[in-house]
Amino acid sequence: MVDLKVNLSGITLDNPVIPASGTFGYGKEFAEIYDINILGSISFKGTTRDARLGNPLPRIAECTSGLINSVGLQNPGVEAVCEKELVDMAKIYSKPVIANVSGFSIEEYVECAKAMDKQPQVGIIEVNVSCPNVHNGGMAYGVLPESAAEVTRAVKAVTTKPVYIKLSPNVTDIVAIAKACEEAGADGLSLINTMLGMRIDIARRKPVIANKMGGFSGPAIFPVAVRMVYQVAKAVNIPVIGMGGVSSARDVIEMMMAGATAVQVGAANLVNPYVCKEIIEDLPKVMEELGIEKLSDIIGIIE
Amino acid sequence: MKRQTLKIDSITEIQNGIFAMNLGGDCSEVNAPGQFINIHVDGFYLRRPISIYSYGEDYVTIVFKVVGQGTKALSEMKVGDELDVLLPLGNGFDPEKGGEKPLLVGGGIGVPPMYGLAKDFINRGIVPQVIMGFNSADDVILLHQFKLLGIEPIVTTVDGSMGIKGFVTDAMKDLDYDYVYTCGPEPMLKAIWDVAPDGQFSFEARMACGFGACMGCTCETKYGYKRICKDGPVLYKEEIIW
Repeated sequence: MVDLKVNLSGITLDNPVIPASGTFGYGKEFAEIYDINILGSISFKGTTRDARLGNPLPRIAECTSGLINSVGLQNPGVEAVCEKELVDMAKIYSKPVIANVSGFSIEEYVECAKAMDKQPQVGIIEVNVSCPNVHNGGMAYGVLPESAAEVTRAVKAVTTKPVYIKLSPNVTDIVAIAKACEEAGADGLSLINTMLGMRIDIARRKPVIANKMGGFSGPAIFPVAVRMVYQVAKAVNIPVIGMGGVSSARDVIEMMMAGATAVQVGAANLVNPYVCKEIIEDLPKVMEELGIEKLSDIIGIIE
Repeated sequence: MKRQTLKIDSITEIQNGIFAMNLGGDCSEVNAPGQFINIHVDGFYLRRPISIYSYGEDYVTIVFKVVGQGTKALSEMKVGDELDVLLPLGNGFDPEKGGEKPLLVGGGIGVPPMYGLAKDFINRGIVPQVIMGFNSADDVILLHQFKLLGIEPIVTTVDGSMGIKGFVTDAMKDLDYDYVYTCGPEPMLKAIWDVAPDGQFSFEARMACGFGACMGCTCETKYGYKRICKDGPVLYKEEIIW
């Protein structure tokens, strides 16, 4: 019997597979087709203080081995999330979840974190300082070490739950930002968020996405994600959740060898709603094939 | 929703660039006309959402237009090839609300789902009135299929090359109906919405997942935000905000 367990800041996950925020809603659509309790955890749809409709349509553009989205943090706002969505989610998922929060000001991050701190089912607060789809928010805080650290400190001050900062790849030096978050008290890091991308409809001579640009995700960005996870994990002493194009059990193992303690699966959920289940079922087979007994043994084994 | 492997039983080009494809396999969960399926096409990351033309326990038929590289690749597949499909998706039309005198209006590639709905009405003992709108006689599809159901559709063409010259709303003026079901380009839906007393409107949107997870196709309605793919594609007249 192989051992799939991993540990994130004292929380033991049955396996490292976590659907990424924004690709799994609150689990409802997936619970209709398989028992989502097999998942290591779930990072649910990004929450902001106020309800947001998000960006104009079209919000989706296809790419080679991936897609661009410009959803723009559509969510019903933190109060409705806590009062309705999390109550519904507790009925279909019984393990600790990851609360992904965003803001347009330090105060908003703090308000969301405070609300999530009170939710017993929330195991980790994942602070999104890297959404490329909203102006003056999200990514604005994630592109500089000082502002990323400022958000980290502010959120840490209002919660006793582990705080993970979700980092943007759209920066010149992700390691410097990662270190700044660690120094500011982050318990862990999630990376990478989507890469800023753009597609043009050449027949109409217009951008495909109404907002012109959006977040590029999918297998196409996997090598970039592995590289950044590797660089960051080497530079910090806190756990890293690796994500970016992960679509198979082999990708999970590669991401963990690069330094990830757990792995999030994003875009792949949208094209194959069974993908997380399939990865969890495939992991023991791939581990046996590769001579891995304990999955946590391979975390960051690449020198 | 389920993922199914469906086999291509037939594929026919019924009009320039428009294909009818019969897919065999377990389709028992399809439960309303106006639902759609989401098809994986090799070489393309996102699936292709295509509305259902007609369905039974062990088949669905789709009619689709080649609009890009993905639908082109789909049109080049062969009888016997297998497709990875998510189905059924979306809410579909509710024929119960249509009363005794429903009017079905399809525009262009919005015509196919109206066929499944027309069949449903006929099974209920109601022969619906049907209007089909196209740009030109060369674009007309499925006219014969509706006639085989015992329906005599009114055809409108923008250039007047067949039927009534003008838009579907021009044909609606003279008809007696109390409820409209429609699918087609958004300007057509809006024009119908302006004149129809009540009805159901099937929308189209660029989507990623097709089953409600990504929020790629959300619109605002009178009753809050709805996902075209999951809460739609059919919306009711009174809830639509333009």
